[in-house]
Amino acid sequence: MTNDIIISGFGGQGVMAIGKTLTEAGMKEGKEVSWLPSYGPEMRGGTANCSVVLSDELIVSPIVLEPSELIAMNLPSLIKFEPTVKKGGTIFVNSSVVDQKVTRTDVRAVYVDCIKIAEELGNSKVANMVMLGAYIEAMKNLSTDTIKEMLVHMFTGPKAKLVDLNIEALKRGAACVK
Amino acid sequence: MEKELWKGNEAIAEAAIRAGCKYFFGYPITPQTEVPEYLSLHLPEIGGCFLQAESEVAAINMVYGAGGCGVRVMTSSSSPGISLKQEGITYLCGSEVPCVIINVMRGGPGLGTIQPAQGDYYQATRGGGNGDYRTPVLAPANVQEAADFVRMAFDIADIYRNPVMVLADGMIGQMMEAVEWHDIEKRELPAKPWATTGTQGKREHNVINSLYIQPEPCAEHNEKLEKKYKLIEEKETRYEEIDAEGCEVLFTAYGTTSRVCRAAMKLLADEGIKAGLFRPITVWPFPYAQLKKAAAQNSVKAVVVAELSLGQMIDDVKIALEGSKPISFIGKAGGLVPTPREVADAAKKAIGR
Repeated sequence: MTNDIIISGFGGQGVMAIGKTLTEAGMKEGKEVSWLPSYGPEMRGGTANCSVVLSDELIVSPIVLEPSELIAMNLPSLIKFEPTVKKGGTIFVNSSVVDQKVTRTDVRAVYVDCIKIAEELGNSKVANMVMLGAYIEAMKNLSTDTIKEMLVHMFTGPKAKLVDLNIEALKRGAACVK
Repeated sequence: MEKELWKGNEAIAEAAIRAGCKYFFGYPITPQTEVPEYLSLHLPEIGGCFLQAESEVAAINMVYGAGGCGVRVMTSSSSPGISLKQEGITYLCGSEVPCVIINVMRGGPGLGTIQPAQGDYYQATRGGGNGDYRTPVLAPANVQEAADFVRMAFDIADIYRNPVMVLADGMIGQMMEAVEWHDIEKRELPAKPWATTGTQGKREHNVINSLYIQPEPCAEHNEKLEKKYKLIEEKETRYEEIDAEGCEVLFTAYGTTSRVCRAAMKLLADEGIKAGLFRPITVWPFPYAQLKKAAAQNSVKAVVVAELSLGQMIDDVKIALEGSKPISFIGKAGGLVPTPREVADAAKKAIGR
């Protein structure tokens, strides 16, 4: 079982963070993992992406050309990567900012109103965690408990209150998956 | 042992600290800047010194000074910055000062691009400085190897009193993978009686110098260095073979490109073509005899060299094979990475399929 994932969006939307969280969670669950960022002369507000591979076997190349899953946090990402997704793959769309639908019929589309949900939770910064929750619910390749453990490890002291907020964001994202 | 997620550049920096390196001199350049960034934070914590020099030229000469004092010292840069360090590297070799130099290669020539490339192969293996000198060059293909090879490089540098280079590329530097901080092979390290540590009035001055103004002593010095380089060739040549036994196509690639070849091998296997990989781990010394042996198998119809350059290592492959097998090339220069499909197609073309 291998998940070849591309996560793409505007700088600041937390695409690298989604990727890193998936990668670390995969590693903690004993999978082979790799995380490869696009890096380049990007400007603030420009589009950035990262490639994540989670696999039960040795990862030969970390470069993802045909993702099995695409997480599109903005419209340019959907336009750029939709044609590359494997047949039968899944496209996660941040419908808060992407007003278009997935046009392909040979892939599964999951729409997540990330920003609206995050704002309902009182902190727009957890929009990426809402998306992560949807991803894990749809793919069932990682355990939410692993992410929770990582959150507890990450947010300590005065930041400990953010754990519950992030867990709630994961749950609300999961609820978007039908 | 617990696996930790590390970015290549940060793993390189942490590996240096674990190898006992307390001194780093460098200058920022993408895609290796996380190396100095990490060390600027962590070297002061262990009583070491991080210094961002005014230029790469200054940084390599600071390495010369610190290495001459007998301490473990490192510098890192990316292609154009490594070009600037060439004068210092030949002086370090001429004076036999151990140090570790990291090159996280990017596209060239000139300022080029910040994306991954392997266009510095000639420079790394032949030397961009003047005179007859050699630097052992270790080429990691993943983050674990980057972490391991940096630690190995410090030992090799001390054992042979010579600079050692770790030749990575932008992809290895920027990506994150799992790393285990396992022990590396424990090697016996020589004392450094030659180091300029102060005489305390008890011994003659140590002089670290590459100037031998009379030709006879300079020739003698060169002969001494040559013996050392021969010994390194004999003892330090490293390589890996993957599915090479009985293969029809033998890929030869190092670093990032070896990974693309492994993906291409899977595509070829699906089409019933058995492909193998010969991966030089040290690109100097190059595993000539070992490659010749792998390619000499009756099953091998073609050797396909893949590089992120217009073809540089292919020269060493030609030297190794001495015309014994057909050699073809697939590569891209300037920051692009060939796809596994492109590499697989090149292999098929090479064997007329």
